[in-house]
Amino acid sequence: MKNFKTIVLSNQEISSGYYRMRILAPGFGKVGKPGQFIMFRVQTSLPPLLRRPFGIFRTGFLPADCEGQPPKEYLEILYKVVGRGTTIMSGLHEGDRVEVLGPLGRGFDLGVAGNDKILVGGGIGLVPLYMLAQELVKSSRVRLLIGGKRRDDIIMVTEFERLGVNTHIATEDGSLGEEGFVTRVLERKLQKYPRAEVFACGPMPMLEAVQRLCAAENVPLQVSLEALMACGVGACLGCVVKGAGHSEQNPQYLCTCKEGPVFRAERLDWSKLTDEEGTCEGCKS
Amino acid sequence: MTDLAMNNKTTVKRPSLAVNIAGIHLKNPVMPASGTFGYGEEYAPYLDLERIGAIVTKGLSLRPKAGNPTPRIAETISGMLNAIGLQNVGIDDFIKFKLPFLREVNTPVIVNFFGNTLDEYGEVAARLADLPEVAGLELNISCPNVKQGGIVFGTDPKAAAEVVSLVRSRSQKPLIVKLTPNVTDITVIARAVEEAGADALCCINTITGMAVDIKTRKARLANRTGGLSGPAIRPIAVRMVHQVVQAVKIPVIGVGGIVRAADALEFLIVGAKAVQVGTANFVDPAAMLGIVEGIEQFCIEEGIGDIGELIGSLQL
Repeated sequence: MKNFKTIVLSNQEISSGYYRMRILAPGFGKVGKPGQFIMFRVQTSLPPLLRRPFGIFRTGFLPADCEGQPPKEYLEILYKVVGRGTTIMSGLHEGDRVEVLGPLGRGFDLGVAGNDKILVGGGIGLVPLYMLAQELVKSSRVRLLIGGKRRDDIIMVTEFERLGVNTHIATEDGSLGEEGFVTRVLERKLQKYPRAEVFACGPMPMLEAVQRLCAAENVPLQVSLEALMACGVGACLGCVVKGAGHSEQNPQYLCTCKEGPVFRAERLDWSKLTDEEGTCEGCKS
Repeated sequence: MTDLAMNNKTTVKRPSLAVNIAGIHLKNPVMPASGTFGYGEEYAPYLDLERIGAIVTKGLSLRPKAGNPTPRIAETISGMLNAIGLQNVGIDDFIKFKLPFLREVNTPVIVNFFGNTLDEYGEVAARLADLPEVAGLELNISCPNVKQGGIVFGTDPKAAAEVVSLVRSRSQKPLIVKLTPNVTDITVIARAVEEAGADALCCINTITGMAVDIKTRKARLANRTGGLSGPAIRPIAVRMVHQVVQAVKIPVIGVGGIVRAADALEFLIVGAKAVQVGTANFVDPAAMLGIVEGIEQFCIEEGIGDIGELIGSLQL
């Protein structure tokens, strides 16, 4: 965990309204685990006042600018422009100064090697699944089910396929892949691969549906949650979700930033996980 | 005073930033605002806790408190609304799990606390009274986000005096009382609390606010209203600290929207003896270090040898 004062290496629109930002982050790859996140800040700008949480898409190296220098280590985030913060971010260019706090939170547990792995990503929710897939393909067969409203919401499919991941696409309007919810695809896959382990990230209604399906089939599930958060380090208590067994007398609030963002499904109280539907920070920031 | 070597030719006297608040010795006047710094431990990876004046812990109650439903936070222009609802681990777990870490840090620990009832305020104060790790108490009578245990005591001078007297009778620890700005005249409460035995005041807590999502037509906080903090409230806080400093003799800690050293200096100049940094900790976990360094640099540039020369130096 560290606060990097660093620069943007590139910032490109990859699909309508979706961006990929590459940030210089020396040493980051060694410490970051699949499923962790960063708190991002545009260094010279107020507003936005608060940092924004973003899942780490991947880390990697670029060749050095000049012979004799070490290769440049970077991290990548993907984001959808939805509000003030992400609009400002979309205008950043190479060399702009930013701050990255991270890597933060608990990532995914890799599960049992050899078991089939099914990843379910809804829209921008597929971000934390890439580094997970990188690890899982080493010892398991990995399938990625991607859902979105329309074809513009389906991103990074080729990147996953290059890892050797089998991909299945579903869009609500049928403009790409199968028409309908991605959870319909999951339902079929669970029938076919009853020993699978499932990893999911996306909007809350999707996660709830995934949880119901996995619980019914007794399939282990890990979910990565998104939440509004101010600090990212467990101090503000703004990002809590209700844990299993929560009640007013016996509060079991869990910090998404510190105890998550990845939770085993059974740790959460699915009947009243959040008080509002959809806390996806990607949708509000 | 230590000599700070600038280069071979000149040396600059390093200014003394130490202040004393009600018997608590602070190596510098910068500390976190309660609720923005957890129990200290959360921020240890990002800043040296021994370089700040004090650690002020998250509001503590007799029993663990669940807090409010989510969403609990919302960003607004130059500020944020929160309605966390004083979620905390309760005094037993605080002593068992949080205090041992703080014991090892060579920085005074000020424990912010509250009660659901008058009796609970007294009981928490009594439990904290015997703990050698606790340098001082910060009595919270100003949380805007819970029905009991906060603002009901802080908006009425009689109720405020009553809770302060009770706590005073249960603990010899230095007692700081944190005031709410959500009153007609903060100086009335400040004086009542001073007379009841407070050793110092801290102002201001957050200002009640509200924001609405125009698409869903719902309040952006589940609690509907929340406390506004951040740079947006700073001028109000500076004004109120100025008023309170004029009205009482006990030291005042200024808090509200401090992000940079220059912001902290405004509070010191109007007479705050120390400052608290809140929302800025969320933005930059090392914000307080930058503020301490900035204050020191300002003193050097202005030829100020002791921070005391600056405190209350407002030109009228």
